[in-house]
Amino acid sequence: MQKHLLAGAFGVSLAALMASPSLAADKISDNVVKIGILNDLSGIYSDFTGKGSAVAAQIAIDEIGGKVLGAPIELIAADHQNKPDIAANLAREWFDQGKVDMIADFPTSSTALAVMEIAKQKNRITMLSAGVAMAAITDKCSPLNAQWMVNTYALAAGTAKALLKEGKKSWYFVTADYTFGHSLEKDAAAVVEADGGKVLGTSRHPFPGGDFSSFMLKAQSSGAQVIALANAGSDTINSIKQAAEYGIGRNDKQVIAPLLAYITDVKSLGLAKAQDMYLTEAFYWDFDDRSRAFAEKYFAKMNRMPSASQAAVYSATLSYLKAIDGAGTDEAGAVMAKLRTMTIDDAVIRNGKLRADGALVHDMLLLQVKKPAESKRDWDFYNVKAVLKGDDVFPKPSDACPLNKAG
Amino acid sequence: MTMTLQAFMAQLTIGLIGGCFYAMLSMGLAIIFGLLNIINFTHGAQFMMAAFLAWIGLTQLGPWLGFPSFAINFWVALVIVPLVVAAVGMVIERALLRRLYQLDHLYGLLLTFGVALVMEGGFRYAFGVSGQGYEPPELLQGPFDVGFMLLPKYRIFVVVASLLICFGTWYLFERTKLGAYLRAGTENPKLLQAFGINVPVMITLTYGFGVALAGIAGVLAAPIMQITPLMGGNLLNIVFAVVVIGGLGSILGSMITGLSLGLIEGLTKVFYPEASTVVVFVIMALVLLVRPAGLFGREV
Amino acid sequence: MSIKPVSLKPISLKPMPLKPMSITLKIFALLVAAALVVPYVPGIIYPIFVMKVMCYGLFACAFNLLLGFTGLVSFAHAAFLGSAGYVTGALMIRFGTHPLGTVTAFTLGVLASALVGLAIGGLAVRRRGIYFAMITLALSQIVYFLAVQFRWTGGEDGLQGIPRGNLFGLLDLSSDTAMYYVTLVLFSIGFLFVYRVVHSPFGQILQAVRENEPRATSLGYDTDRFRLAAFVLSATVAGYAGAMKALVFQLVSLNDVSLHTSTEVVLMTLLGGLGTMFGPLVGATLVVGLQNYLATIGDLVTVVIGLIFIVCVSFFRRGVVGEYLEWRRRRAQRALPAREPATAPSPSHAP
Repeated sequence: MQKHLLAGAFGVSLAALMASPSLAADKISDNVVKIGILNDLSGIYSDFTGKGSAVAAQIAIDEIGGKVLGAPIELIAADHQNKPDIAANLAREWFDQGKVDMIADFPTSSTALAVMEIAKQKNRITMLSAGVAMAAITDKCSPLNAQWMVNTYALAAGTAKALLKEGKKSWYFVTADYTFGHSLEKDAAAVVEADGGKVLGTSRHPFPGGDFSSFMLKAQSSGAQVIALANAGSDTINSIKQAAEYGIGRNDKQVIAPLLAYITDVKSLGLAKAQDMYLTEAFYWDFDDRSRAFAEKYFAKMNRMPSASQAAVYSATLSYLKAIDGAGTDEAGAVMAKLRTMTIDDAVIRNGKLRADGALVHDMLLLQVKKPAESKRDWDFYNVKAVLKGDDVFPKPSDACPLNKAG
Repeated sequence: MTMTLQAFMAQLTIGLIGGCFYAMLSMGLAIIFGLLNIINFTHGAQFMMAAFLAWIGLTQLGPWLGFPSFAINFWVALVIVPLVVAAVGMVIERALLRRLYQLDHLYGLLLTFGVALVMEGGFRYAFGVSGQGYEPPELLQGPFDVGFMLLPKYRIFVVVASLLICFGTWYLFERTKLGAYLRAGTENPKLLQAFGINVPVMITLTYGFGVALAGIAGVLAAPIMQITPLMGGNLLNIVFAVVVIGGLGSILGSMITGLSLGLIEGLTKVFYPEASTVVVFVIMALVLLVRPAGLFGREV
Repeated sequence: MSIKPVSLKPISLKPMPLKPMSITLKIFALLVAAALVVPYVPGIIYPIFVMKVMCYGLFACAFNLLLGFTGLVSFAHAAFLGSAGYVTGALMIRFGTHPLGTVTAFTLGVLASALVGLAIGGLAVRRRGIYFAMITLALSQIVYFLAVQFRWTGGEDGLQGIPRGNLFGLLDLSSDTAMYYVTLVLFSIGFLFVYRVVHSPFGQILQAVRENEPRATSLGYDTDRFRLAAFVLSATVAGYAGAMKALVFQLVSLNDVSLHTSTEVVLMTLLGGLGTMFGPLVGATLVVGLQNYLATIGDLVTVVIGLIFIVCVSFFRRGVVGEYLEWRRRRAQRALPAREPATAPSPSHAP
């Protein structure tokens, strides 16, 4: 029983297995560079990662010409269903038997951290284009990992600093009650307090929540100038939607600031409800000619604009392939070393420098959602208010990551 | 944190609104359980389906049919959508559930669970997961000053409408001849059959009625919650606990339990928001310790 | 509540005759022998896959012990799998290097799941049937809530990089091959334990309670206590599988305590064959294999799983192993037309 199933599913020749990935003589292990995209194809994160991520990676591969150092480039994608053990098992198989050299995406931190650990054991690379957990660059950091888009700190700091600059000093947090929400809240609160602002209170809601009006009303009655949403996805959308119902955050005295919102969230909310909100993102398709050129390529295949995560997969794939080319091998350590010497500058990431702890420090965009009247076409959602310098928004290297001490 | 009486009242009111949804959903479950003896795991998915159908009717149907200006507005949807959802439910009952009545209840439960997965997956496949927005009808837009807070008119409507529906259902089942048949069917279907009543049809219609309640709740929820494929599943776990607390036997019981748990949840949101979901389960554990049959239930 | 139609066969409280036992054990011995070879042929069978099947297979056996042989439906089994995993994992992260670390962490993990089982079971056995199922469902939500809230569980991130440690300082478990054989031993112990329980007088009483409770009561058995004992036993075995899984995969996450996992184990048991010894193993193999396969087809995962549920429940209630046994029984019957129709073997006697 077991045998049949397995033989069918994972028939891979023994010879391929024996070939050691790190033989110096082999420039390219297994004579193929294989990139894996591991994300959510069917669940709550599939809109901003999902199929689109693989499409973005393919665009990068096509731009490189489908070959690096003479070896063909292959792409494989799978659904980790947001379960760490499925992610971990897929990654193990891909590394052990599927010749995969690098895996990207990971919309949930638990899957990202699980696969990072395995990649480290197997001497392969992970690139978290959608994973935003701080743990990935602090206590769980790995020399073979790059957090290719952003982390919760940078998101929180970007929006917080911009609002503080406008004189909005008193804050109230509506926080999803799990690690992600807590860390988003903690980072934003640190920035607020460092810049002379004050946190008036916090409501922690169960995750996932249904009715947020209670929390939003509490936030409103606190009198805070900013109601910061330290949650994500449908929680953020419902918070904003229900706040609008009660007329909260619709005047000069009080604004709502989602600390993590993707373009897909804004699309789903509609401009009428989302208008005027500030948010920080790593990428917006309508930023300049280069970003538009990439976005149009993507649009032609997917009939929608890329989210920041999807765009980051493109950038990660492109940079990874360039680094292999530069290093002359696909050995993980050498590629990472090469990546750290490069300045990343492509359609998505600008002024990017990969740090020892795996954080990619680069320019971020402070965006404000357009009013419905300003929007000229579908996906025309944001005004770019400022380009935030990477050093200003990304966190300082943490002592919790041993890699920061070494170098 | 200090809290004024006004703010406290406001939170209670919000709790009541949540309670209305619990009441409608748990009543539907209680009705279905009463006659069919199954726990309808599809209830959440049917609630979700109704919200989606309302949205489709308002924004998608016209363009699909080639008449971009054609739309089914909220009021029409409130009548039609529950009927459609009920019709789909009755087809499922006839085609699948019916085959399982002779078997253990477990199979009915697992079947409805499977149907729920298919429905959730199907809507996710068709419409993605970020969800859709639905505007309340123009008549009910904007807030209304109820003295201690500004309450959106639409929410007031939800409370009034759902209370009416709950009482109407209770009246229908406990005070009319039809209700008497239904209750008799629960006790002794064979005898009822002997009186010339077509029990299988009655079962189908009852299932349809319970599902229609979920449908009404779904349409009512559409303007409040983001319409996503998972909106019902998340709610259903809580509604199950509500049903256990109330005891499945009683329609009035499930209504009262639903409303009061909404209030309790509202209070928890004030004092210990992290636990506002889990509080229902804790109460359930306590009730089971004291009254294993539930507050209004009979031992089965 | 009984899962199978009430059998008219007199309830025997004596241990089962030896012959059918040995068939089960023979098949099991063959499976183990085949499993011994796996690490030498990684190209044909991927050892990690087999380890996963062993963990989930045992988990499903634990569930089957409750549903198949006792007739109780639990939606809380993930809570047991997960709580043992969390305790074992958290202890390993702290004391993993100690020579006794692995053994202690494993034992305490299993103990934790037994306690959680006692708490949930203690409340749930107060009700019957569908209430029982819903109570377990609701209580498992509390366990989930706690797993999100506690710091030592890692909350949403879960625990990663759990060290496997070593056995008494003698055998280093960090190599996949060493771990594979340890898993195989643990799995065999677990499976044989379940087998032993089912075929013990205790197991017979459980089945008696399932098939005809008033009768068992009239024989002087306190049925609630037997139910609770079965529940705790099942929870303990589920926890045993959870602790195994934490060591094998070196991670524990919220998924392990989620309702989703609880329903998955129902699916495994149902698909493989309720109340059969090997059904849960077959079911686990199919579901785990399906997960791997579905991972690459993407967005229709839930629909496919849902359809399998519907098909299983509507047309395929005996499961793979159950249908096979039924087919064999019918063939045997046709071969002996002259004889009186044999009473259907109660599933537990069958392999």
